[in-house]
Amino acid sequence: MNRIVSLFQHHPSHNLNVYFTAGFPKLEDTRRILKSLQDAGADLVEIGMPYSDPVADGETIQISNQQALENGMSVKKLFDQLRNMRDEIKLPVLLMGYINPVLQFGVENFCQQCAEVGVDGLILPDMPVDEYLETYKPIFDQYGILNIFLITPQTSDKRIRQIDENSAGFIYMVSSASVTGSQTGVTHDMEAYFARVNAMNLRNPRLIGFGIKDHETFVTACQHAAGAIIGSAFIRVVQQNENLEEAITTYVSSVKQGL
Amino acid sequence: MTALQNQSAYQVNERGYYGQFGGAYIPEMLYPNVEELRDNYLKIIAQSNFQEEFQGLLRDYVGRPTPLYLAQRLSEKYNTTIYLKREDLCHTGAHKINNTIGQILLAKRLGKQKIVAETGAGQHGVATATVCALMGMECIVYMGEIDIQRQAPNVARMKMLGAEVRPANSGSKTLKDATNEAMRHWINNPTDTHYIIGSVVGPHPYPDMVARFQSVISEEIKKQLLEKTGSELPDYVIACVGGGSNAAGAFYHFLDDESVKLVAAEAGGHGITSGLSAATTFLGKIGVLHGSKSILMQTEDGQVVEPHSISAGLDYPGIGPMHAHLHDSHRALFYAITDDESIASAMELSKLEGIIPALESAHALAVLPYLKATPNETVVINLSGRGDKDLATYMKYL
Repeated sequence: MNRIVSLFQHHPSHNLNVYFTAGFPKLEDTRRILKSLQDAGADLVEIGMPYSDPVADGETIQISNQQALENGMSVKKLFDQLRNMRDEIKLPVLLMGYINPVLQFGVENFCQQCAEVGVDGLILPDMPVDEYLETYKPIFDQYGILNIFLITPQTSDKRIRQIDENSAGFIYMVSSASVTGSQTGVTHDMEAYFARVNAMNLRNPRLIGFGIKDHETFVTACQHAAGAIIGSAFIRVVQQNENLEEAITTYVSSVKQGL
Repeated sequence: MTALQNQSAYQVNERGYYGQFGGAYIPEMLYPNVEELRDNYLKIIAQSNFQEEFQGLLRDYVGRPTPLYLAQRLSEKYNTTIYLKREDLCHTGAHKINNTIGQILLAKRLGKQKIVAETGAGQHGVATATVCALMGMECIVYMGEIDIQRQAPNVARMKMLGAEVRPANSGSKTLKDATNEAMRHWINNPTDTHYIIGSVVGPHPYPDMVARFQSVISEEIKKQLLEKTGSELPDYVIACVGGGSNAAGAFYHFLDDESVKLVAAEAGGHGITSGLSAATTFLGKIGVLHGSKSILMQTEDGQVVEPHSISAGLDYPGIGPMHAHLHDSHRALFYAITDDESIASAMELSKLEGIIPALESAHALAVLPYLKATPNETVVINLSGRGDKDLATYMKYL
């Protein structure tokens, strides 16, 4: 069974998903951060594939993408870094990025490599739902790779249903109309949106992302979903600390304290 | 202009594709905005009160129809018959305003109160700031930090027109990054803001919508040629292509007239093998940027590379999906014109015809030596903009 599906079956709430950019702050930090996150108690991870034009991302993640590319990060290099990761990594692992580098690598080749190194799912925010269903789904299915879709407060109920029917693993519930790294916290408007989605009785669990940064925002998000995703706030942690392992342990423990 | 049931092989299909190019590769955060536009643009454009207002402004505010001018001395030089479509005489100095007027009227009918736009050299930014002033709408223009420094007069124009110019500090700090920032702004302001894209790029329906607003160029060329020559069809239509909005407008009504040869001039920069070029169809391959699948200058790893052109308006690593399809299907012929060739052509037109062209348009003129048209053939060149904004560059060559 896919590790993501299995996780939500056995652990339906308070799942912490952490995003970090591959090859950042240093090119060879990818595996180190991945292992530290597992040791510190993250429940799943999203490894960002850096891109020159990340339109859905705010400044923090943009800068990490740019630095990673300057460090020499590439899709091919990432698969090299992730080879044999399953010797030590038991967590579900997703790759998150933009579609163009995946198209250049070749979608089939990409999915095959994902399966080989033990990646469980992909998040490609600029891949249209229709294109996925028509062209790429059979390839994803063949290699057992889950495609995770996003929904936002502006996504219609009809479209949420369509996404739910064609998803497995979880649905990425973007908390607000914004790029990543927003500082709004969880507002009343958001709570109404979470309640609306919860009332739809979807097949898939949801994780809330965008604006989650600490224990308080994480706990609030977990009241409305199966867990939450932290990205920009974590990038700042690895950016600002020399001792990665210690900083990651401290940060993840603070987010999950008492849970 | 009413339905999307285009029979033409060169028009967009109902899925938003030109051949294999186009589509809407956007994050979910933009989906409702783009869907709203997609579901409404054709209906709104077809409304009689829209057409009345649009045509009225094109006539009385922009100054249309723009002349189709028989350039006699240029014709003698190249031993053929050359007409210039004088988009340089539009209000604000370029064709860009045809599109911004159309889009702001559309935005108003969609109930939007604010406008965001990107700009490279500042021409589209000025055209957007102009129509926002005209309509009393709030205007934010993103411009690469480097371009802000290079194009100070246009920054001043936008400010004088009441727009807020915001520097794009990410990436290469030029047009590509200004576009990214404008898209991010739209993600952050999804309900009250319309994004006026300046070229035939972006997710469907933008390329088709912008092409329709610019199609007035070829509509007029046909009428004017018929009056002047007795035939509405020339042998050649030549236009420069960065993203490709003036070319889309100049080609639009000739796409299915296969006897008309369509010629696109891309920015070759220092030459296509120099590493400093923006000749996308020569150097790019299929990929996704700014919401559509097209031809794109990129690394093997799919990272977008920085183009170079002396002309800020052509300094873009992609090309509109319609043009990618015209290239792929061999309907249009593409030339890569170097910086030096464009300068020489700008000087030549100035001296022969008393018209100082924009550097972008000078790339279209620079195709003439390659064309080898005969005396009884008719060549139409879309003179997309005037050269005032490029004087600082031209002065270095005087």
